[in-house]
Amino acid sequence: MDETQPIDEVFRRESGQVLATLIRFCGDFDLAEDAVQDTFLLALERWPGEGVPPNPGAWITTAAKRRAIDRIRREVRRVDKEAMVSRVREMPDDPIGLEDDQLRLIFTCCHPALTLEARVALTLRTVCGLATGDLARAFMTSEATMAQRLVRAKRKIQVAGIAYRVPAPDRMGDRLAAVLAVVYLMFNEGYTASAGDTLARDSLTAEAMRVGELLCRLMPGEPEVLGLQALMLLNHSRRDARVDASGAMVLMSDQDRRLWDRPEIERGLALLRQGTRTGSVGQYWLQAAIVAEHAHSPTAEATDWHRICRLYDLLFDLTRSPVVQLNRSIAVSMADGPAAGLQLLEPLAAHLDGYLYFHSAAADMHRRLGANAAAAQAYRRALALATNDVQRAALDSRLHEVTT
Amino acid sequence: MRYAVFIWTKWDTDEDVQADMFDRYGEFARAAGEAGVLVDGSALHPVSAATTVRLRDDEVLVTDGPFVESKEQLSGYYVFECVDLDEAIAWAARIPDARRGAVDIRPLLAMP
Repeated sequence: MDETQPIDEVFRRESGQVLATLIRFCGDFDLAEDAVQDTFLLALERWPGEGVPPNPGAWITTAAKRRAIDRIRREVRRVDKEAMVSRVREMPDDPIGLEDDQLRLIFTCCHPALTLEARVALTLRTVCGLATGDLARAFMTSEATMAQRLVRAKRKIQVAGIAYRVPAPDRMGDRLAAVLAVVYLMFNEGYTASAGDTLARDSLTAEAMRVGELLCRLMPGEPEVLGLQALMLLNHSRRDARVDASGAMVLMSDQDRRLWDRPEIERGLALLRQGTRTGSVGQYWLQAAIVAEHAHSPTAEATDWHRICRLYDLLFDLTRSPVVQLNRSIAVSMADGPAAGLQLLEPLAAHLDGYLYFHSAAADMHRRLGANAAAAQAYRRALALATNDVQRAALDSRLHEVTT
Repeated sequence: MRYAVFIWTKWDTDEDVQADMFDRYGEFARAAGEAGVLVDGSALHPVSAATTVRLRDDEVLVTDGPFVESKEQLSGYYVFECVDLDEAIAWAARIPDARRGAVDIRPLLAMP
């Protein structure tokens, strides 16, 4: 058995909070990260013999403060050494009650002045504690490129004066949207990525849900925080049903609903209800509410497509997004038939011609109308845009259906 | 922290628009001045007035500017004193040309 595994898990779970607080007290991302990394090595050395300490958070805090102070003293080029040492000394030895530091860290890593790629990388590295090598594998780039991306992002935070704090209420809307976009991108990168290492991608999904859960705990009054977590849980609950034993993709209507993860669905539905109590709902809440309709429907046939159409109407009013309009047309095709769906879908060609799902949706509607030639043409367009083998196999089998 | 703020915009030759912008900039400068944010700044003449200078092999080469040709022009600059980037962003968003052009915020490199 690998003895380091549980230590690694306990450490990563507990050290995020310590890192977030240490950054606030020392004001230096790199120094704080190095000190926590030193502490991890110490834990690997001590914990197997002495056992995991009863309050690992406090143990890590005390050790990380000491390591940070050692490092500050050893740094030749630093001019304000003693001031920094005394700031680190002021850091409380028990992380309980300092949860807001994790919010400060999340909002700083997700500042819109950083590129989206940089925000995602920095959040996974700093908030989630993923190793740079794992990040590189998840995003199919070299470790050196990923390390460079992280260095640049941290340097920008420092020189551009991005403050380490939770934004003021008048800026909260935009800033929270930037955070949620990062979390949802992490989730989707893991859940529906078109290529890359499966294990590395699963860890992205897990980390996105972990940050989502943390945000729910720290910002329980924000309906979009609850909505996003509900959306991730409800999508994730279908993971075992959406691919069959041979690895082929299974459409939602054909999925074995017994494979859906009931506890995740229940948790998702509970968050949705909590969201309606906290105020006006936004796009994540609405998307989650749509997925929820599927999640609590006992069979595909029993799905309340009319209600889904109404939710899509609200979502489209909010986003004016052609992709939302595409999904709305699919819902309409289920509620009122494929002809009604096509009528909504066809005007979107100008916006979505390069989008696989536009062509696959059009193909399905033509197929259901019995217009096999039009269906075949659209399946071929979709196939030309497919980027992974699972998608390609599903489209191929549909194409085969309408051409034979 | 000190930030240089560069205002990029398309030059508008319409006199009414110019007069209106002049008033708005006056208001902005007054508000930023009262808040202690505005350190320095000026509007610039159009790029047609720019001159580019290079020194090559000890020879001064002078050409008609600007050095960088672009669709939007650098039409003015400010220097802000702000506590952090978020404060600089909030003030930059109030610059009249943020509506039609764009504003770049660059932290000044403090000399050691």
